Amino acid sequence: MWRYILRRVVAFIPVLLGVSFIIFLLLYMTPGDPARMLLGDMATEDRVQALRQEMGLNDPFFVQFGRYILNALQGDIGRSYITKHPVTGEILAAFPATLKLAIFSVIIAIVLGIPLGIVSAIRQYSLFDTVAMVFALVGISMPVFWLGLLLILFFSVHLGWFPASGFDSFRAMVLPAVTLSTPSLAVISRMTRSSMLEVIRQDYIRTARAKGQKESVVIWRHALGNALIPIVTIVGLQFGGLLEGAVLTESVFSVPGVGRLMVEAIKTRDYPLVQGGVLYMAVAFSLINLLVDIVYAYVDPRIKAQYQGR
Amino acid sequence: MAKRRSNAREILSRFRRNRLALFGAAILICLCVLAVFADFIAPYSYEEQDLLLSLDPPSRDHPFGADEFGRDILSRVIHGARVSLQVGFVAVGIGMILGGLLGAVAGFYGKRTDNIIMRTMDILLSIPSTLLAIAIAASLGPGLFNLMVAVGIASVPRYARIVRGSVLSIRNQEFIEAAKAVGSSDARIIVRHVLPNCMAPVIVQATLGVASAILNTAGLSFIGLGIQPPIPEWGAMLSSGRTYIRDFPHITLFPGLAIMMTILALNFVGDGLRDALDPKLKR
Repeated sequence: MWRYILRRVVAFIPVLLGVSFIIFLLLYMTPGDPARMLLGDMATEDRVQALRQEMGLNDPFFVQFGRYILNALQGDIGRSYITKHPVTGEILAAFPATLKLAIFSVIIAIVLGIPLGIVSAIRQYSLFDTVAMVFALVGISMPVFWLGLLLILFFSVHLGWFPASGFDSFRAMVLPAVTLSTPSLAVISRMTRSSMLEVIRQDYIRTARAKGQKESVVIWRHALGNALIPIVTIVGLQFGGLLEGAVLTESVFSVPGVGRLMVEAIKTRDYPLVQGGVLYMAVAFSLINLLVDIVYAYVDPRIKAQYQGR
Repeated sequence: MAKRRSNAREILSRFRRNRLALFGAAILICLCVLAVFADFIAPYSYEEQDLLLSLDPPSRDHPFGADEFGRDILSRVIHGARVSLQVGFVAVGIGMILGGLLGAVAGFYGKRTDNIIMRTMDILLSIPSTLLAIAIAASLGPGLFNLMVAVGIASVPRYARIVRGSVLSIRNQEFIEAAKAVGSSDARIIVRHVLPNCMAPVIVQATLGVASAILNTAGLSFIGLGIQPPIPEWGAMLSSGRTYIRDFPHITLFPGLAIMMTILALNFVGDGLRDALDPKLKR
């Protein structure tokens, strides 16, 4: 088991290097002189040149990339053009809000999505199934930022139940979390339904029924246990969607997270902050998928078996 | 030849039996007509401002109302169909051509070539695609075309994976061997024999891909990347209307509905195509 986990962790390193390389490449190709951006339009050419030398911007590409990686390992991925503060500090300050939002949303999506999918599968082609699956298709097709605006219109402006912005209380977190969870909820319920439908037709389910097992045990133990593997994969992948959605959702509800920070940075052309945000989000996404891989080892007995006795 | 025709006919008839897919196809055809003939169908110009009409709610002359500059929203939504479909098709075209070629080469040659290409794709896949598109769009600078390129490149790894998978499954079949035996070049085998035989999953992915490209682009322009005013892009329209959501919700309502209808239609068609092209893939 530990060998499996160790292998996953080792495979994670080249991914991190690759992601950093892509982000560095994009920063490198971005038009505009970073030294000039940091010093502002008023600075003299001499000062700009001096700073270029100091920042190593005149070095060859790969020397710069090597330095970027070494600095990144120490948590330094450049400075914001606008605030002049280190990008890492700004992002870490905003990260808890994004993480809270993503976790809250994923909980809503799992807690509602999996039961919805199970019931739809058990009662395939019933009214419940049809309604749930139409809802799921609409959920996938709806842009989250529009859904967010509609929820604000209905629940904040008309009913006044929830605040339209901010993230400081539980009530303020409800609308952003519901907004962000909707597409994942839809995907998870669709996936659960199809995965369950496939499992329900297997021989071992017929066997379990034939030997007189209670229907609830058949569904929850025998069927769900086996249907869970693709569901776990989808939940892990949904985290990527949640982080993307967070950028839009945070911007709609003014949640002080990494997404809104990036949107502000896009508006002010603060490229190091934009790319830094993408880098941190990609790392977070990879870490979550690493965790999902490790969870697999516990959900899927085949992996355990493969590494036993070694 | 006869067999091929009957095959196509069977696919068509399976697609026809799927009512949701037909409904989606009908909406898509309407959208295409709107996009092509926008200049004739739209009652007003998409950039003509009439400040007297500013923020007017829907009325008989302006069924969707007017935005903050007094521009007719219906006309802007109609012209927006042109922008969105263009973005969707161009972005998917870029992703499909680049990704398809990379995937075909990786699957066909295998070994080290496969390893290098697919590990690179894995790295790209570990950046969620909208975020990758944001990063690329930020470094390319503003503009509709750059936005399409960014969204397209961000989708390359998905196509590469799918094509590689299908190529692997047909690489060792007899007709490929036969083509090799008669001395066809690798390029000819890939383009003439391999790619046509793994189109089914690619077509399905492309249809769904147009949907996600449109959604992605709307999201990117919602947060202020890419589209420059006065281009009537739906996401950008939503973005400028959100300021007025409390008192003038009609500005955000209609562009959002347009996005949702388009994506829904594409999803219906994509699901229908998947079931029709390969009943085994049916979920």
